[in-house]
Amino acid sequence: MNAMDDFLLSACAFVLLMIAVSLLVVLRGPGSVARMMAAMLFCTGGIASLLLLGTIHGMEIVINVVLTLAVLAPFATIAFVRAGAVLVRDESAADAAGSAEAGKP
Amino acid sequence: MISTIADIFTVVAVCAGGFFFLAGTVGLLRFPDAYTRLHALTKADNLGLGMIVLGLLPQSGSVSLALKLIAIWFLVLLASATASQMIARAIRETERADASATSDPGEARR
Amino acid sequence: MSVLLNVALVLLFIGLAAWTVFARDTFASVAGFIPYGLLLTAVWLRLVAVDVAITEAAIGAGLTGALLVGAAARLRATEARTNRMRPGAWTRVLAAIGSIVVAGFVAACVLLLPEATPTLAPAVMENIHTTGVGNPITAVLLSFRAMDTLLEAIVLAFGLLGVWSLAPDRAWGGRPSLQPIAEPNSILAHFARMLPPIGIVIGVYILWYGADHPGGKFQGATILAAMWLLAMMAGLADVPRVGRIALRFWLVAGPLVFIAVGFAGAALADAFLGYPEGRAKLWIVAIEFALMPSLALTLGLLLAGAPQRALQK
Repeated sequence: MNAMDDFLLSACAFVLLMIAVSLLVVLRGPGSVARMMAAMLFCTGGIASLLLLGTIHGMEIVINVVLTLAVLAPFATIAFVRAGAVLVRDESAADAAGSAEAGKP
Repeated sequence: MISTIADIFTVVAVCAGGFFFLAGTVGLLRFPDAYTRLHALTKADNLGLGMIVLGLLPQSGSVSLALKLIAIWFLVLLASATASQMIARAIRETERADASATSDPGEARR
Repeated sequence: MSVLLNVALVLLFIGLAAWTVFARDTFASVAGFIPYGLLLTAVWLRLVAVDVAITEAAIGAGLTGALLVGAAARLRATEARTNRMRPGAWTRVLAAIGSIVVAGFVAACVLLLPEATPTLAPAVMENIHTTGVGNPITAVLLSFRAMDTLLEAIVLAFGLLGVWSLAPDRAWGGRPSLQPIAEPNSILAHFARMLPPIGIVIGVYILWYGADHPGGKFQGATILAAMWLLAMMAGLADVPRVGRIALRFWLVAGPLVFIAVGFAGAALADAFLGYPEGRAKLWIVAIEFALMPSLALTLGLLLAGAPQRALQK
């Protein structure tokens, strides 16, 4: 199945490339929202590339790794997004307060 | 013969998955504002993962492996849906703050 | 093609590491750290070290990521002040040189290893039938070097004590506080209702599967701890009071069972932590099942942090 292995490897590399490009775009944006999007993107794309890798190395073993990751990476990402939501709320409150003060004569 | 059909199915599905990831990245680059970019990110990437899982199903040896693959897709789908909702609310908070910052500071904040 | 993939992984890796180091605030650094853990899992898989990969997935990507998020949130108040106290240019140059020298030294050691690296793997594989488990890593951790695992479990409990010691005096024995609680019907609460049942099943499955395949009690316990933390973060379960006797009992129950098995082994098999002939797997499984709740509790409480709220009647 060497041709299939090569194909899956290149698919994996392609997905990683897409993630890398998206990461570059997303992380250039300012603010916490961009970081949250980056974390979520990596979750999906990373699991996709790991699954593709797994088919080459023997799916029975790798699938448990990906299963663990599929349960725990969302946990970390959601914790991250939750902290980010708090951060955004404080950022926007600070912005609004700051500009309200600046607007006063 | 069956294995050839299975292989062709895998190749087609994985290519479709890769195409969706590409579409997601292009959408991220070209869409104008944060909401649409978030949309491109979640929908395209989840579809991409779904197609890849679909493509890998014929390659797996046993039913339990196939079920685990589908379980992984389901878990990621659940997590993405939740995370994108929370991010969208955060974007709305940011925009609401920007709007009230540029408007008349004498007005009461909504 | 596989060389290309490895190169791509390494580049992505270095890029993420650079991002984590050079990011302007802690939140952005943590944003780089969670994908870093995921990528490290991929690298371990490429090196066909599956047990390490699953542990990295559990601890590195999942638990440490959440731990750092919590830490970043707690540090936000003082972050502006610390950012103003950046070290001078000379300090940074010296630190960079020091890091490069150490990294180069380690790389040289790895690259100059003799062709037939000295290893105990054949000895393990020869004797693995005496343990009754199929996974060599589980055999080493819970049979050949069970003493180390026992001491690790105790060290974790000490780590938890260390975290608790950071509590203010009036809050000793109180409840840790986990960031603002979300409303009970929010999307996070919905997620926290759907994921834990699935997560618990998967956690116990990984524990059971670890006897013969990559997995084991540590990764299973991490999954259980994460599900518990999710419920706490969503406001569906309140953080327990750390002064409760029942909680403290469950925390030490695992290591105590381990020690009891050790003494039983001294009586039955002539060695502390020895297992009687042919019944090794039974004892190993008993230890794993006893350790898992304690581990899950310990990891969950480590992430919850020091008690902040005073004792409540």
